[in-house]
Amino acid sequence: MYAYDEIDRTLVNERVSEFRDQVKRRLSGELTEDEFKILRLQNGVYLQLHAYMFRVAIPYGTLATNQMRALAHVARKYDRGYGHFTTRQNIQFNWIKLAELPDALEDLAKVGIHAMQTSGNNMRNVTSDQWAGVAPGEIEDPRIWSELIRQHTTLHPEFSFLPRKFKIAITASDHDRAAIKIHDIGLRLIKNEKGETGFEVLVGGGLGRTPFIAKTIKHFVHGRDILSYIEAILRVYNQYGRRDNIYKARIKILVHELGIEKFSREVEDEWQHIRNSSLQLDDEVIEDIRSRFTYPAYEKLPHMPDELRQAAADPDFEAWRKNSVAPHKVQGYSIVTISLKPTGGPPGDATAEQMDALADLADKYSFGEIRVGHEQNLALPHVAKRDLPALWKALDKLGLATPNVNLITDIIACPGLDYCSLANARSIPIAQELTRRFANHELANLIGRLHINISGCINACGHHHVGHIGILGVEKNGEEVYQITIGGRADENAALGTLIGPGVKFDEVADVVEDIVEAYLALRERPEELFMDTVKRLGVEPFKERVYATR
Amino acid sequence: MTSPLEQKKIRIAGPSVVTANRTWDGIVVYRTAAKSWSAELSEAAIVRNSDEAKALLAEAVADDVGAIGPYIAPVQIGDDGKVLPGNLREQIRRTGVTIGQPAQV
Repeated sequence: MYAYDEIDRTLVNERVSEFRDQVKRRLSGELTEDEFKILRLQNGVYLQLHAYMFRVAIPYGTLATNQMRALAHVARKYDRGYGHFTTRQNIQFNWIKLAELPDALEDLAKVGIHAMQTSGNNMRNVTSDQWAGVAPGEIEDPRIWSELIRQHTTLHPEFSFLPRKFKIAITASDHDRAAIKIHDIGLRLIKNEKGETGFEVLVGGGLGRTPFIAKTIKHFVHGRDILSYIEAILRVYNQYGRRDNIYKARIKILVHELGIEKFSREVEDEWQHIRNSSLQLDDEVIEDIRSRFTYPAYEKLPHMPDELRQAAADPDFEAWRKNSVAPHKVQGYSIVTISLKPTGGPPGDATAEQMDALADLADKYSFGEIRVGHEQNLALPHVAKRDLPALWKALDKLGLATPNVNLITDIIACPGLDYCSLANARSIPIAQELTRRFANHELANLIGRLHINISGCINACGHHHVGHIGILGVEKNGEEVYQITIGGRADENAALGTLIGPGVKFDEVADVVEDIVEAYLALRERPEELFMDTVKRLGVEPFKERVYATR
Repeated sequence: MTSPLEQKKIRIAGPSVVTANRTWDGIVVYRTAAKSWSAELSEAAIVRNSDEAKALLAEAVADDVGAIGPYIAPVQIGDDGKVLPGNLREQIRRTGVTIGQPAQV
């Protein structure tokens, strides 16, 4: 966990007071909506279909249990008893009242949570691997660098009025769980030949109307130079990024139009002006941040405790363990992913009761720490293997032991037309139907790793472009129509999916996915060949033929 | 399913209302003939041509403290005179999400 100091606490508290005054002036009419909009957006407040939506940051996806309880409290006191975990390590509340927002923010501030960097044309919440600090083989904990960047960019005047929003993600593992290649800046922690820590820097990734996979702009930037290098990128973007056309305002468009070579030359020129400035990080500063991340006092535990050996006889436990439990860097411990994708449920939603109960379980089994992943699931990062059977039973009672992590029903979906004012079509009901179709866990396991992503409009909050199967809802002649892509992925081999053909109607989407899956099962050469391997081997044609043969 | 952000020109194809979200709590409201806002669609002022729509929208926009983001939305008038939302988006705004909520408090 990261321990906030007095400066952090003061900043968060002052922000609440400031927003309380702004809300008061808005409600009295002293501020017009045009004047107030940018202020509310800088505090995570959107206007959606039914009400205001309040987005709260969970920087690099790390939550203490008192923070999770505070989120539950906000859900219960100010909202309708639940929250929605998003694809960028935030949580959203869908029914918040503007008049009560300052109180909600004040309650969150007491535990060091805020809504800065969750909306507006500024630097957004820096995201990272939800297994940061515990994943075996990691270069080092990427949250140290996430926090450095977060501190540097928070309320930074130069980054507060960018051409458009700006998102950074960091990974420190070979397997990218932070989807860095679909971010404005993606950072991959690496070591150089001298063993020094630095970053491969990628730029210009993003989805939405015009999707791009990020390109490497520099193969190694030393850790001490990362703030100046990021600042150089932002300065070039701030200077040349388009403000005249919202659809062309993201850095991905600038990188694409200039070309990565020219863009990198511009950045390099800018960087030379500022790299030896106060932006260069002293070892002392880095160590200070590092020292604020505390790690549990792990016990020396056996690799295979008796409790786990005995529980292995239970097929239900084994089904859950196989998909939800991952190796930990410390022997005798595991990382446990908690699926927020129950059969028939909205992906990423958790009730206040579940949040409170999870906080209790994290206190009991995970040294008081919870993680939030971009896949809209949660994780307990430090679970002793001997406790896995007891944890599983407790999660099952809460409806949080669905054994589908990384399987076809572990669906990423945006809120869609049920909540979002930008959406053209519904996303959540499609996800719900798919989880019912593939509710049989034996079938889901037989299919294996397969990620479905659903977006309710071209803004792509459900990351449909990078779903193994991507589903995009659009509107055509007043009806919801869904375009299907296959072959996308969001990991270290990130790729955009290929459209397989004309859109299909709401009621046909689950049938189409079933057809694709049946085609895959028939076409794969062996059970170990994953869906993406088959797509890579055969291309989209066999799937297209199968889907449209009878449509 | 026109988004208010795309509603640049006022051209209506049938009976319409002006809808927005109430400023202090964000709930869906409709402009009434009494120059006020109501949470009931049945109390909404119905406009039937572009001039009427333009006038009602202008009046709604002027009430910046009462409600935000006003726009014109289509409605259907049943044989019994009942006013119904004219598309799925407005139906969802009026009756709520189509998926059931995880917790009802």
